[in-house]
Amino acid sequence: MTDVPELPAWAALLTALFVLGGASITLIGCLGLLRLQTFYRRVHAPTLGTTLGTGGILIGSMICFSVLETRPVLHEILIALFVTVTTPVTLIVLVRATLNRPPSLQ
Amino acid sequence: MTPTVLTSAVLAGALALAQILLVLAMACAAFRMLRGPRAQDRILGLDTLYVNAMLMLLTFGIRTGSTVYFEAALVIALLGFVATVAAAKFLLRGEVIE
Repeated sequence: MTDVPELPAWAALLTALFVLGGASITLIGCLGLLRLQTFYRRVHAPTLGTTLGTGGILIGSMICFSVLETRPVLHEILIALFVTVTTPVTLIVLVRATLNRPPSLQ
Repeated sequence: MTPTVLTSAVLAGALALAQILLVLAMACAAFRMLRGPRAQDRILGLDTLYVNAMLMLLTFGIRTGSTVYFEAALVIALLGFVATVAAAKFLLRGEVIE
């Protein structure tokens, strides 16, 4: 409890809000991954975590470090850009591989 | 209790709760990776697991206030993409590098 960085009230509350929202949305996506019935339905669920969840936690991190270092810290955008670009590629490749498998293995 | 202490406690509680939620999400992904009925389910679970691990490292970074964790998260994001695409390519063709 003592190692949390000392932030002004507005920054601490905004960081807490964004991080908590991002983590909750990620958990909802992973519950979908756990509960949905077929593979083609399941493949949609974790994208909640890779878009909104990652975005929320990265915005919280940007607010926290920008206030801590009193300058704009924008390198989190690197992760956001990379995850946003690579997730559709990954899922398209995975679904295409599944479509090409024999029906008994789909 | 001064307002700064109060908001610090709120931030600490929110970060701890976020980490618990991320651990639950990682457990769901790990279950899907271990028990997935087909190979593609396991690859999807692995993909979700590394994204969740990256988010967990980012929350650790906010909690300790150091930017070292950010670089680890960036490396996980880069290598996880390559790993998932390689596994999917293996599923598609039976070999990774032709």
